[in-house]
Amino acid sequence: MRQLRTESREQLSILRPEPTISLTSDTTAEPVREEVIREPSEETVFRLRDVGLWYGSKHAVSGISLNIPVNRVTALIGPSGCGKSTLLRCLNRMNDLIPTARVEGSVEYHGVDIYGKAIDPVEVRRRVGMVFQKPNPFPKSIQDNVTFGAKVNGIKGNMNEIAEHALKQAALWNEVKDDLKKSGLALSGGQQQRLCIARALAVQPDVILMDEPCSALDPIATLKIEDLIRELVKDYTIIIVTHNMQQAARVSDYTAFMLAEEHGLNGTLIEYGPTSEIFTNPRDKRTEDYITGRFG
Amino acid sequence: MATEPVILRARGAVQVRQIASRISRYVFLGATLVGVSVLLFLAYDTINTGASRFGIGLLTEYPSRFPEKSGFRPGVLGSLWVMFVTVLAAIPVGIGTAIWIEEFAPKSRLLTIVKINLSNLAGVPSIIYGILGLTIFVRFSGMNSSILAAGFTLALMVIPMTVIASQEAIRQVPPSLRDGALALGATRWQAVRHNVLPNAVPGIMTGIILSISRAVGETAAIIMIGGFTFIRFDPGPELSEILNPAGFWDGLNEKFTILPIEIYGDTINSKLAFKHNAAAGIMLLMIGVMTLNLIAAVIRERFRRY
Repeated sequence: MRQLRTESREQLSILRPEPTISLTSDTTAEPVREEVIREPSEETVFRLRDVGLWYGSKHAVSGISLNIPVNRVTALIGPSGCGKSTLLRCLNRMNDLIPTARVEGSVEYHGVDIYGKAIDPVEVRRRVGMVFQKPNPFPKSIQDNVTFGAKVNGIKGNMNEIAEHALKQAALWNEVKDDLKKSGLALSGGQQQRLCIARALAVQPDVILMDEPCSALDPIATLKIEDLIRELVKDYTIIIVTHNMQQAARVSDYTAFMLAEEHGLNGTLIEYGPTSEIFTNPRDKRTEDYITGRFG
Repeated sequence: MATEPVILRARGAVQVRQIASRISRYVFLGATLVGVSVLLFLAYDTINTGASRFGIGLLTEYPSRFPEKSGFRPGVLGSLWVMFVTVLAAIPVGIGTAIWIEEFAPKSRLLTIVKINLSNLAGVPSIIYGILGLTIFVRFSGMNSSILAAGFTLALMVIPMTVIASQEAIRQVPPSLRDGALALGATRWQAVRHNVLPNAVPGIMTGIILSISRAVGETAAIIMIGGFTFIRFDPGPELSEILNPAGFWDGLNEKFTILPIEIYGDTINSKLAFKHNAAAGIMLLMIGVMTLNLIAAVIRERFRRY
């Protein structure tokens, strides 16, 4: 059993009767969740209930329940191996590609369980785009990189316009407009990552998942991506995994802190709430330790 | 001022290690030279013996009782047509199998067995494929000793190699490309078709060309299915039949022989002068195989991307 917290629970004990605290069993812990898990008031895009993921016999993530709000940046933070990338990949069924992976619980996207029976992962991924840790442009021209998603999804329209629009959204247009025929691989790392964002935008997704999008980039390129994220969140819901706590503080509206009992096993949600609160007034001791750099 | 100069020359134990290192270099050079010198000697001996008979006549003349008038025309044509059938049959099956194994197959014990057996099949002696071809194609399917039967037999022989080479090429494509495509809502096949295959093509082509260059010199399997014939006509479709499907089909069902068998035929001929013809034929075959290998090397270097 986990160590019980005392301080923040005392503060809230005036509001509700003393609950039995258990972060792993969810049905009984519902009142506790509201304490360290502060669900956003905005409309929900993803509603996760008891989400767990197994890699073979390894329980990588367990008992995650949280709501992800529309048109906000939600950051997933936590030490390496806490399962935040794994959780992110549950949201567009990228874990399907790992033969031994098995998801439990429910991941509802606008009220539909994306692991339900008649759900096609291709449809899910078209609506829930993804940007990877390492920029991975296709070895094709910039133009073809951007229009690839639109083409495979059978989106009709002028491909030049689609490319231009997406590149402008990704703040890359001015840098590449004169050589759209150039290979995507010829761009700098930061440009490649923005190309990947443009590529994801061109299929007109609803949500964009970002898996440590800046970890391979220098600080200036990182800043550009962060500005871009703030710009894009006006139209899209963004969920970002990051190791960089300053980045989480800078770009996100909500922050979820995850922790694993041991490396790569049983990652659980420790605390979730508005970023400003998580970073200024964490309610869980472990969150506080992590964001102040005492472990992780 | 330093009173004692620093000595950086190897001494003692270091010197011993360095000597061992220098000697090892010559040992390994020697090992390489054994192979190369044998090859060079063979090439020299062949050219020395065959140069007198080497010329365009080898391609234009039919075999004859007179060594100075004898050529390899039916064999060269036969080899080309057999390879044509082999390539057409082996490529779709080989690449298709590789794609299935690498991209679609559920990870299971069956898959492991298939994979292990592929490597085993690639090492099966060619005569076994000859027996298989004789049973399946020549007898059971009633193709007789035709170009088709030979092409399919050699296809069976090179398919394992093609599969292994294609698998290797597909595995070389970074998974991030596949993931990137899938994350954009591409289907499995779209990701394979647009992102994996185009980047695997150079490797696949190289593998196929190398398999072909092995098949083109294959003799035992073809003798087994009845390709050891003495023919004085052009096997395979005539030029005029190439655009005519029925004629083309008939051409592929003709009796045939191949260049390596004609060379073998010359070496066992009682007239000693035929040994010059055989050597010239070997030169022809060597030029063919070396050209194929050169093409493979060019493709490999040209498209090296990652």
